Amino acid sequence: MSSENIQREKLLEVKDLWVSFGKGRKKFQAIKGVSFDIYKGETFGLVGESGSGKTTIGRAIIRINPVEKGEIIFKGKRISGKIDKETNKELIRNIQMIFQDPMASLNERAKVDYIVSEGLYNIHGFTDEADRQAKVRKAMMDVGLPPEFATRFPHEFSGGQRQRIGIARTLIMNPELVIADEPISALDVSIRAQVLNLLMDLQRQYGLTYLFIAHDLSIMRFITNRLAVIYKGQIVELGETEKVFQHALHPYTKALISAIPQPDPLSERNRTVLQYDPSVHDYTVDKPVWTEIEEGHWVLANEAEQAAYRAEIQENL
Amino acid sequence: MSENKEIILSVKDLEIQFTLRGQTLTAIRGISMDLYKGESLAIVGESGSGKSVFTKSFMGMLDKNGKVTGGEILYKGRDLAKYKTQKEWLGIRGKEIAMVFQDPMTSLNPLKTVGKQIQEAIVLHQGLKGPEAKERAIEYLKDVGIPDPERRYKQYPHEFSGGMRQRAVIATAMACNPEILICDEPTTALDVTIQAQIIELLRDMQRKYDLTIIYITHDLGVVAKVADRVAVMYAGDIIEVGTAYEVFYNAQHPYTWALLSSLPQLGIKGEPLYSIKGTPPNLFKEIKGDAYAPRNPYALNIDHEIRPPYFDVSPTHKVRSWLQDPRAPKAEPPKTIQRMLDRWKEVYTNE
Ligand SMILES: Nc1ncnc2c1ncn2[C@@H]1O[C@H](COP(=O)(O)OP(=O)(O)OP(=O)(O)O)[C@@H](O)[C@H]1O
Ligand SMILES: Nc1ncnc2c1ncn2[C@@H]1O[C@H](COP(=O)(O)OP(=O)(O)OP(=O)(O)O)[C@@H](O)[C@H]1O
Ligand SMILES: [Mg+2]
Ligand SMILES: [Mg+2]
Repeated sequence: MSSENIQREKLLEVKDLWVSFGKGRKKFQAIKGVSFDIYKGETFGLVGESGSGKTTIGRAIIRINPVEKGEIIFKGKRISGKIDKETNKELIRNIQMIFQDPMASLNERAKVDYIVSEGLYNIHGFTDEADRQAKVRKAMMDVGLPPEFATRFPHEFSGGQRQRIGIARTLIMNPELVIADEPISALDVSIRAQVLNLLMDLQRQYGLTYLFIAHDLSIMRFITNRLAVIYKGQIVELGETEKVFQHALHPYTKALISAIPQPDPLSERNRTVLQYDPSVHDYTVDKPVWTEIEEGHWVLANEAEQAAYRAEIQENL
Repeated sequence: MSENKEIILSVKDLEIQFTLRGQTLTAIRGISMDLYKGESLAIVGESGSGKSVFTKSFMGMLDKNGKVTGGEILYKGRDLAKYKTQKEWLGIRGKEIAMVFQDPMTSLNPLKTVGKQIQEAIVLHQGLKGPEAKERAIEYLKDVGIPDPERRYKQYPHEFSGGMRQRAVIATAMACNPEILICDEPTTALDVTIQAQIIELLRDMQRKYDLTIIYITHDLGVVAKVADRVAVMYAGDIIEVGTAYEVFYNAQHPYTWALLSSLPQLGIKGEPLYSIKGTPPNLFKEIKGDAYAPRNPYALNIDHEIRPPYFDVSPTHKVRSWLQDPRAPKAEPPKTIQRMLDRWKEVYTNE
């Protein structure tokens, strides 16, 4: 997944997206004007604290959450708001989401065999029973589950095993864009490596594009090409992953990076974690805007902060 | 380091089986382990290796189709493995051994205010009543770092954010005044900054109340931060146990090597991560030899035949692997973890 050989063709464009829940005094503004593009073939990461709106963005893309304001464009075609039947069908086929909590979304009364091929049934994605079974077998082996498990029920599996069933049912659809919402956070290290390798393999093989949502930054650093950091419904920083890790500008990004635990007891024991204090921003008069502070590196900042960040960039050169 | 410490819980040759449609699955295959008072023990290992089942058995919380079929769980002169009735377990659960789960919503009652839930635990386990119990409950909320505890006392779980809920669960567990706290993936659902806070909190609680904590987690970063000792599980067995330094920097079991090598932190971007080939053994079948042998590139002939005993690497470090036998050929650990071994030299020369 090196960034050089990525064609810079925009697969998905999110433009000034607003999403809210509830009405009137109960209205909660979950997403407040978020913009980003995802290029074909890349892995785009979305990271941020619990409740910051990551899943909400994913669900807005696949049309589960209604878009209040703004636009979402897939392959040059608007897919938010009112769309025709044909576009909707295409969308189901081409954009798949691996849900954050497959434990809850797995039908407890269905056998794994059915669960994995459910999506295929919906789009008539197989020629005959033998073809369907072969596809199920392959999907299960791809995610490291013995195919014999197909005859079992979800409750007979451990937490991590069930998560892999959730991944198998998505991959069997051969989508173009996969929104992977915390697909590996419940998995143990060894299976995690298998699944990460698998996701990278599939990407190479089929030119898949990923929107990867996770809160584990060490995984984000390893797998994503570009990274967006979201805080309370707003993206505060976006850029090439290595750039963001080495020269983060926004104080929230800095706090996040300082908090990543390392598998190294010696350094872990005397490390200090930065805390983010939103009151460091004085936005009373000088309001923040979404700015491209250097090529491909965006940050949410007001005039004064932009000046400070530019100085920081100069220093880092 | 834990040699001279008081043993609080001692597991001897524990076996746990589940029955599924007439078939028997052996989830825990003869584990022996001591837990020391006041320590933090981390249990790591593959999904399905039995981490949850193992620790749930200390609280009588196995699913109905599962039971302890052999061995002992000794706690304060009692053998918990012999407990049958809910009434017996009530003396242990919460009061002596409490558990914090990954998903805080499963441990909180959505229909009761958070304060009431903590208060109930206090009334039940600390014998306080009325205003006194309430005051204590608010104190616990404060202890776990929930701001404005008087107001939060009256709120329902859904009015708390994920991180706050997990704090509330910890407060409820602490209100039972337990000796041992088992945290099963306590921070998996949380982002790194909140995770760091919760871990800090658990360490404060540990110091303040002289708690013994068992952490179950996939996150070896968290393990590096919190654990005094680390136990590595594979297929229902503890295959390596030692101090955190020993297990991270001087790992001896090929499965532990594989586990460390799979970490994205040790990977090279754009290249596949190290991953263990094959699948874990079928626990419905009897396992011959070392359970890891079929996936182990270092396996010796004997690994396929006879289950290895524990070998002592140091007084605190035990490994179940034939590679430790003096007759075994010397095995070089993979290059990916060389950096870890260099660290070991660092620790060694400093001591
Ligand atoms: N259906 C809904 N009704 C009301 N509020 C909602 C709904 N879905 C999400 N929210 C709120 O919107 C905000 C963003 O939620 P979202 O699930 O997108 O967060 P997230 O970043 O995915 O968090 P996590 O890391 O915990 O999964 C939260 O405050 C949440 O409570
Ligand atoms: N109620 C049950 N019936 C049958 N088998 C079970 C039951 N509960 C657990 N098991 C089996 O026992 C083994 C150990 O499961 P356990 O939940 O302890 O794994 P774990 O190490 O906690 O995994 P994870 O990291 O995924 O949570 C697994 O093979 C699992 O399938
Ligand atoms: Mg989410
Ligand atoms: Mg578990």
